[in-house]
Amino acid sequence: MIPAPFDYESPTTLEEAFGLLDRYGDEAKILSGGHSLIPMMKLRFASPEVLIDINNIPGLSHITKDGNTMKIGALVRESEIEHAKELIAHFPIFADVTKLIADPSVRNRGTIGGNLAHGDAANDHPAVMLALRANIVISGKDGNRTVPIDEFFHGFYMTEVQANEILTEIQIPIHGKGTGSAYHKMERKVGDYATAGVAVQLTLDANGTVTYVGIGLTNLSPVPMRAERSEAALLGKKLTDEVIAEAAKCASEDCSPSDDLRGSEEYKRHLVGVLLKRMIHKAAERAMA
Amino acid sequence: MTKHIKITVNGTEHELDVEPRLLLVHLIRENLAMTGTHIGCDTTSCGACTILMDGKSVKSCTILAVQANGKNLTTIEGVSAENEYNHLQEGFKENHGLHCGFCTPGMILRATELLENNPDPTEEEIRWGISGNLCRCTGYNNIVKAIKYASAKNRGIEPASTEPEFV
Repeated sequence: MIPAPFDYESPTTLEEAFGLLDRYGDEAKILSGGHSLIPMMKLRFASPEVLIDINNIPGLSHITKDGNTMKIGALVRESEIEHAKELIAHFPIFADVTKLIADPSVRNRGTIGGNLAHGDAANDHPAVMLALRANIVISGKDGNRTVPIDEFFHGFYMTEVQANEILTEIQIPIHGKGTGSAYHKMERKVGDYATAGVAVQLTLDANGTVTYVGIGLTNLSPVPMRAERSEAALLGKKLTDEVIAEAAKCASEDCSPSDDLRGSEEYKRHLVGVLLKRMIHKAAERAMA
Repeated sequence: MTKHIKITVNGTEHELDVEPRLLLVHLIRENLAMTGTHIGCDTTSCGACTILMDGKSVKSCTILAVQANGKNLTTIEGVSAENEYNHLQEGFKENHGLHCGFCTPGMILRATELLENNPDPTEEEIRWGISGNLCRCTGYNNIVKAIKYASAKNRGIEPASTEPEFV
């Protein structure tokens, strides 16, 4: 399978990339890791006239701690996240999620920025970023703007990133002591999209009361989804079996999965509840460790 | 519109004019006539087209040739000298790590990076490490043994047993 013809540009600065985006507008697509875009182009689901390859732009591959914020450059590869010790020490959820994204060779190419900018609720990072309440830095020729993750996803393959902009950085607030995070997805085989996936981050105070919680769901809705009622069911409570069961029930009711080869709607509603219970327990164990 | 690119494959520099839509695997197989890199699924799933790009394993069916501009590539033809085996190749031979051989070049290149990052992997780490490379013959057990064999040899240790497992 061979993509339809296109022109290829390989800018070496963001300014140059913005100039190209201005010139080509909607005809251009940004090429990052390319492991969603190139397969779509090979299948001719996507036929952009121009690819703007941002892989040669320096300054987008950092993972740095800046005060109480972890900053991840858009071009950081999944395989780099897998081995990012400081990031994983604060957010063990990244060790959970990267291991489940595709396979090692794909992770050598796939980038965190591309995973989010693709705007696909079947990707894994959207749910993780919802759980972590990340902020997304979007850059254009007039400067940067920062968008909370809750305002980032607009629809299937649609995000807040405009045709003349580039997602450049992900910023994640670091919560204090007593915080833990966890992710798991059920997949039929390595490299498949999730049948269902759940990301949880929570903070427990000295009494075991939940003082902060974020929950994101993978591939259970057309747009990446926060399990708001599940969060509300946990916030301000101690993690008793009843409280956790209520959170699971809410997620199961509120998600909108579709019947497909990975399972029936009913099965997925059941599965999200099971996974949410497990991830709450795992995040809580890590919070108390 | 073609692009002029310069790539190094197994130590030899090549300069070519390529169409942007040319996939790296096609450049290797057709323009450079090196057919050790295979095309299996053509959908980033099977790993038969795995090569090393600047030392990292990648699936060359999902990379554009233009993206390899300035990069250093290793294919199965370049892992050892002609008529010689490196430890991984020897491991696959000694342990029956291949039957039809279609997945083998990709397996060996993926295992090359795996052992580079983790010289003494556990069986579980090997199985996760080759999870993006499919083999439809061996049932994987002898591939895992082959990689264990190479890991031992690389570290100067005599491999435990080369008794292949037939299942």
